[in-house]
Amino acid sequence: MKGVSRMGWKKIATGAGLAAALLVGVLAVSRGMGGERPAMAEGRWASRAVWACDRRKLVIVEGVRPDERIPEPRARLVADLLMDLMRYCEEEITARVGIDQAITVTVRGRVFENYVPGSELPLQLAHAGKPHSARERAIWKAELDTLVAEGDRLFHSDEIGTNGLACAMCHPHASNTHPETYPKFQTQLKKVALLRDMVNWCIMNPLEGEALPGDDPRMKALEAYMLWQRAGVALSPGKH
Amino acid sequence: MYRNDMTRKEIERAFAERSKADEDLIRSLARCDRRHFLRVSMRFAGMAAAAGLVPAHSFQLVRVARASEVGGGEGGFRFAYVSDTHLYARGESHRFVRAAVKAVEDMNALDPQPDFVLFGGDLAQLGRPDELELGRQILSDLRAPVRMMVGEHDWYLDLGDKWREMFGPDHYSFDHKGVHFVVLNSVIEEDFWTEKGYTPEERMAIVAGLDDPRQNPFTVGEAQRRWLAADLEKVDRKTPIIVFSHSPLYKLYRPWNFWTDDAEEVQAILRPFETVTVIHGHTHQLLTNKIGNIHFHGMLSTAWPWPYAPEGLPEYTVQMDRADPFNQFDGCGDGQVMVHGSGRVDKHYNLWDRNPRVVTAQELAADAIPGPRAYAGPSY
Ligand code: HEC
Repeated sequence: MKGVSRMGWKKIATGAGLAAALLVGVLAVSRGMGGERPAMAEGRWASRAVWACDRRKLVIVEGVRPDERIPEPRARLVADLLMDLMRYCEEEITARVGIDQAITVTVRGRVFENYVPGSELPLQLAHAGKPHSARERAIWKAELDTLVAEGDRLFHSDEIGTNGLACAMCHPHASNTHPETYPKFQTQLKKVALLRDMVNWCIMNPLEGEALPGDDPRMKALEAYMLWQRAGVALSPGKH
Repeated sequence: MYRNDMTRKEIERAFAERSKADEDLIRSLARCDRRHFLRVSMRFAGMAAAAGLVPAHSFQLVRVARASEVGGGEGGFRFAYVSDTHLYARGESHRFVRAAVKAVEDMNALDPQPDFVLFGGDLAQLGRPDELELGRQILSDLRAPVRMMVGEHDWYLDLGDKWREMFGPDHYSFDHKGVHFVVLNSVIEEDFWTEKGYTPEERMAIVAGLDDPRQNPFTVGEAQRRWLAADLEKVDRKTPIIVFSHSPLYKLYRPWNFWTDDAEEVQAILRPFETVTVIHGHTHQLLTNKIGNIHFHGMLSTAWPWPYAPEGLPEYTVQMDRADPFNQFDGCGDGQVMVHGSGRVDKHYNLWDRNPRVVTAQELAADAIPGPRAYAGPSY
């Protein structure tokens, strides 16, 4: 999965609407054909190609003629499979769905048999020397921006405290939060503190709120916002 | 006289070697809050004694000595200030309420009492009537007369209706002991809310956000500038002028509205006068500037200190230390202004739980203040 953003994938499914359109298309194909079996006798060598909208993912459905609608539940399987493959953004992938429903996936000449939809392909799908595409970068940036924006919102909101105060009242643009100086020994805490320890200190004291666990999404968002505000400032662990 | 980067020893030495004038200033500060001062001085007395500087008891005695000697020299007088209380109406135990009450206690402990107390704006946090009412109640305990100034946190819920109903006009002038005082409303922002359809609460929240880019810069505005010019027409050019404005009447840092957009126009109206001083709130920090004939001084907040802006700091400012977040009152406080017979002022910062700081008219006039170029201040 390295080099392929899961979050990016989510974006494709939800945001871009590409896959949604694709799903609709496949399901439409199957409508009205429920319950029918593939026409085995003359269809043994027949196959139908279904392209993902990016024209890089191809699913070949065996036992279905090119002009024939794909019946349920195979249509569902094909849709799931395409959604799966879309995670591998820029790769060209061909999958073959056999009459027995077994799936064989081919990626850049490597063949994987008995692929189970929903599982991960055992591939190193790094970008293989290719630069990240504009689309990939846009997706990743959107995901990062979402986290930072949530941190921005929390930092300017009184909802993590109880007394109406917000971080930004004392730290406009996250000034004087110095995330780049952590970890460091905090004399008043009498121990080495991480950024989140000081965040919690300010939540509990000026804001009179409850400390957040380190893996709380709100803590992550706050940290992301402060770090992002200080982007470009030299790291200086232990400073001050 | 005292600098941020002095060691405790150096401060004690400077204290021991102080001039008569310094001594007067220091004494006045010692009266700010007797209880608080005694507490602090007990602590320092021990250190001083250990350093062999002054016997503990006399150290204490000096600091609480006869404050009646304090004055502004011949023809001078003294007023005091409290600013930027940012009150929430959330009960008496709220930290900002405690801080405002502490400042009122400081004021009431001044002996003799100042001629008046200037309130520097931002009484309320979100401009709500209950916040303003609470503020009025707290300030009503002051023994000295109060002069009110408005801040953006008081204004943008109802565009000043409640504030004016409670405290009167938002800009006015008065004469006191030979000085012409002017109080401005410098937080006028061009309408950014109508077109966007913001509610009054949203408008208030946006302006209350120091780093919220959806708002416009502060101005005094054309109407008030016309009023100011007319008001000053009757005043002799030799009469000292002291202007109170909430925002600094110069351009320091636009992204935080440490800024008045028509500052140059206002300064131009003040330029013909020989001696002009502007005292402002909003910036919650020790701030000093000089532009031509105009001296500028910031006021401390009682509620919280602000970091210095990343750029634009006037070269006359010697920064205060970074606040200790573990002490609610650090970096906060109140203070006094000694007005000399000349009309020039010494600005006293009564930094709670810290050494007091005084910026004298003399050193500012003589460009004797080593600004940020000389001392690397705290980081932004
Ligand atoms: C009432 C004012 C106030 C509020 C509100 C406040 N802080 Fe602070 N905080 C301070 C002060 C003062 C410091 C010390 C600043 C300095 O070192 O110059 C500080 C220090 C910090 C530091 C450590 C900075 C360093 O240099 O190590 C972090 C991190 C921090 N605050 C985060 C937050 C966060 C996150 C919030 C909101 C949950 C918050 N603060 C709310 C006043 C406040």
